[in-house]
Amino acid sequence: MTYSHTHDDIARCQELLGQLKAYVDGELAAELRHDLELPLADCPDCRVVFDTLAKTIMLYHTLDETPVELPPDVESRLSRRLNLSF
Amino acid sequence: MPEPKIDLSVYDSESALLDGLRAGEPDACTCLLKRFAPLVYAKALRMVADPDEAEGVLQLTFIKACEKIDTFEGRSGLGTWLYRIATNEALMQLRRGHAAFATLDTLDEMIQPADLPQNLHAWPIDPARAALNEELHGQLERALALLPASLRVVFVLREIEGLSTEATAAALDLGESAVKVRLHRARLRLRELLAGYLAMEGDGS
Repeated sequence: MTYSHTHDDIARCQELLGQLKAYVDGELAAELRHDLELPLADCPDCRVVFDTLAKTIMLYHTLDETPVELPPDVESRLSRRLNLSF
Repeated sequence: MPEPKIDLSVYDSESALLDGLRAGEPDACTCLLKRFAPLVYAKALRMVADPDEAEGVLQLTFIKACEKIDTFEGRSGLGTWLYRIATNEALMQLRRGHAAFATLDTLDEMIQPADLPQNLHAWPIDPARAALNEELHGQLERALALLPASLRVVFVLREIEGLSTEATAAALDLGESAVKVRLHRARLRLRELLAGYLAMEGDGS
């Protein structure tokens, strides 16, 4: 495990992350994508950020398919509000 | 004393349910609630990040839906229609209750130094294969609730509800570039919040 990436050049990190936004959104033109891949290849930590950012988005995409339950007290208050009986 | 059981299978099809709702049958309303309330509540909770406020959104959504059922034209499914009402109610709740939510349009729409990644450990998880177990589900929801409302709402609408940048911008009365920057900032913050949990996962070897 390394902590080699220390953001000592904040402006460059911000720029790279800004590009990463377009990259993740699939908005980056092919030649620009190549330019971005070079610094990523040079920087293992940047690759980790890119990889974990992509995983974050993928995990949240599955969230809406996950079954959820209504807490029983919330359900009973809702039915009372609607004048329903179960 | 056990409550009498109601047979809701008569409303299994959406058109039968709709007919029942339009005829003002209480059992149809009960069926609507049973079928859609859990997801409406989950979506409301994701938007407002407060159980009491989410319950208020849930109640208002069903009250309005029952009042307006005659205006439902059936162009979308009942669920989609309900979720749209819930989203609007949640946004109104946020505008009412959170002064910061309404004024954050002036927020510096740039990646902030605080957004920069700090945790640089790889994550062993493969989201394409991982089933969302209860613990991970809870981690995702808790991380989302920790975001400021201005970032959380953009993330929920874009990444979870699947709205386009344009539709999200219109719903929030924001510019499209502001939506894009907020979305990216939300993703970076969520990544950081989840890193403590997911970077450790399977790290015991």
